[in-house]
Amino acid sequence: MKKKKCIAMLLAGGQGTRLFALTGSVAKPAVSFGAKYRIIDFPLSNCTNSGIDTVGVLTQYQPLILNEYVGNGEPWDLDRSYGGVHTLPPYQAKTGGEWYKGTANAIYQNLHFINEFDSEHVLILSGDHIYKMDYSKMLAEHIRHDADCTIAVIDVPKEEASRFGIMDYAADKSITSFEEKPKNPKSNHASMGIYIFKKDVLVRELIADENDKNSVNDFGKNIIPKMLKEKRGMYAYQFDGYWKDVGTVTSLWEANMDLLGDKPQFDLNDPSFKIYSRNQPLPPSYIGENGRFINSIMTTGCEIHGTVINSVIGEGVTIGEGAVIENSIVMQGTVIGKNVKISYGMIDENVVIEDKVTIGDKDSDKNKIALVGRNSVLKRGTKVAAGEIVDNGGDR
Amino acid sequence: MKTLGIIFGNLHDKDVGELTAVRSLASVPFGGRFRLIDFVLSNMVNSGITKVGVITKNNYQSLMDHVGSGKHWDLSRKNGGLIILPPYGGGDKDLYSHRLGAIKNIESFIRHCDEDYVVFSDCDNVCNMNFASVVSSHIQNHADITLVTRSKNLTNNKPRTIVETDGNGRVVKVTNTNKASGENIVFANTFVMNRKFLLNLLDTATELGYTSFTHDILATGCNRYNIYAYMQDGYFANIDSLSNYYKHSLELLDKNIRDELFYRDGANIYTKVRDSAPARVGSDAKITNSLIADGCDIQGEVTGSILFRGVKIAKGAKVTNSIIFQDAVIGENSSLNCVVADKQVVVLDGRTLSGHETHPYFISKHAVI
Repeated sequence: MKKKKCIAMLLAGGQGTRLFALTGSVAKPAVSFGAKYRIIDFPLSNCTNSGIDTVGVLTQYQPLILNEYVGNGEPWDLDRSYGGVHTLPPYQAKTGGEWYKGTANAIYQNLHFINEFDSEHVLILSGDHIYKMDYSKMLAEHIRHDADCTIAVIDVPKEEASRFGIMDYAADKSITSFEEKPKNPKSNHASMGIYIFKKDVLVRELIADENDKNSVNDFGKNIIPKMLKEKRGMYAYQFDGYWKDVGTVTSLWEANMDLLGDKPQFDLNDPSFKIYSRNQPLPPSYIGENGRFINSIMTTGCEIHGTVINSVIGEGVTIGEGAVIENSIVMQGTVIGKNVKISYGMIDENVVIEDKVTIGDKDSDKNKIALVGRNSVLKRGTKVAAGEIVDNGGDR
Repeated sequence: MKTLGIIFGNLHDKDVGELTAVRSLASVPFGGRFRLIDFVLSNMVNSGITKVGVITKNNYQSLMDHVGSGKHWDLSRKNGGLIILPPYGGGDKDLYSHRLGAIKNIESFIRHCDEDYVVFSDCDNVCNMNFASVVSSHIQNHADITLVTRSKNLTNNKPRTIVETDGNGRVVKVTNTNKASGENIVFANTFVMNRKFLLNLLDTATELGYTSFTHDILATGCNRYNIYAYMQDGYFANIDSLSNYYKHSLELLDKNIRDELFYRDGANIYTKVRDSAPARVGSDAKITNSLIADGCDIQGEVTGSILFRGVKIAKGAKVTNSIIFQDAVIGENSSLNCVVADKQVVVLDGRTLSGHETHPYFISKHAVI
């Protein structure tokens, strides 16, 4: 078989505890986004659009829905006879199995996969960011610099910089310093958690890291600082498109809202760079005689009989007469009854909201989003306060 | 009990000349994101048929593009799956124009199949039909041919095949007429045959010079063959003119019809996935009683209409009782009433176009108004 130039390893095991009820029974990358997508659609579509046809998806926490969703990779054109998408859960080896300890350990435990394809370079991605990026441009720079490792960076507002891995680089893009979540950041160049390594360098560093008893086996905390200290060829790749870490309820809500408006901050309607997803075979959405749909987006199979303002409505959602949904996100398969009021709510998949339920109140805003977990049922007349979390659905 | 599906892709192209100028009837867009063939193809798949041949004759590029390998219908298989059956033969041979000719043309294909039964259907039947129960009834009746029939109120003078049965469902009379009116039982252009019976029948047909399936086989064969009728209840539309294309399309605005067509018994209708972004509706838009597909960008007013994927309606535009195909653009302050606009039509700013409910105004593909 012809050697692959670059394969991707996608870290999709994150529990996403700051998304609370949304990740009660699914891994963060499987959380719904933007009416018809799940978070993992973005890195997977980016790979396809960048000519990368081999992707290992490392799963750990609540992998079932994620595994089923990724399946054979057909929706992302990743069903290949050589390469394609593979889900890689932790497994039991002869010497015993163990959970992935950190990001680096997760990749270490799957070195066999990397060695099997024996590509020249390996792209490391994380499964909790919303962005469109052509990785082939980053790979071209990585090759031009003959870098051991290239890290994608994006400029963030100074006040947010201490949430990220912050680095500085010289005019030739070579990285001069790197600090993981610094108290006093020296710059606002934040690591996007996207790395390209020469394959041999990656294998060497992962083995060394595994043997280092003091390491917590994390790329940002261990591997990158060590390589920098040893003066390896480390380069930054500056990215200036839309990029959003959706690790919190507020940031997930904001990223959804960025899809709205006449000139949305994040425009998905680009035929030359489509985001692919797995969808249900449903008819187009119907807006009824009394339906109002204002500054909002929706996908197929919806039945809208109420009023929807500044909201994102997922696949197959029903909204009853007299209902008013504002500044909210309603995920696929949810049924909303008559005269329901929702303000600043995030309603997960397959929720049933009976008539006259009120979600949110005068205190509602983007920092106080009411959250209703998947499969939950809200009985007639229930009131859910701003910022409250309801999760009575469990796994159905 | 293995069943082969055969779909006639072109038989009635001439009936809807406007829409079939650039495509076969099978690939005429319908219902916001579907093509006509999606209904029969999905019905076959939902009935457990895993091998489907599509007979094509001309203009079938768009059909090939639509069905591809058949993977969207789960018909990309090692054994069976979707098989396109283009015309076979030299230039001196006339292309068939009738059902019997179309079947004769694929005789060797049918001979090499190993299925026991063959389900034939036209491509323009919009319904949610369970072919498995048609085949069961065919077996139970020990029938040679089972015709799917439906009750229809005949109003226009289009030729129809009227089927009369005895108390047991056995067909006793088949008449081809354009004079009937009122409630009648008509042939729904769908039928089942035992494959071996079919092959013998084709031999006989060649020997005796049969030319018409309805006349030579059904009408005159009632006594010779065991022909049974299977009554199909529920919603059934077949597309035989632009005005009835328009009428049946807008029937989808009725929730009961949508429920029956798209959700009955969990039998979904599959189509080619285009991965459009979600539909985006602006602050000044007003949409009522309409179907909106993915990828639309709506800033104007839309009432009683169906918008296919990727349609743009600019500010101030008014679209009423109209059907707008994929990627069409309706300019600012334009007004459309009873219009069928084909793919990629551009209506510039400030235009006013109007047809009538019985005679929709048709704009052909790529036209700029």
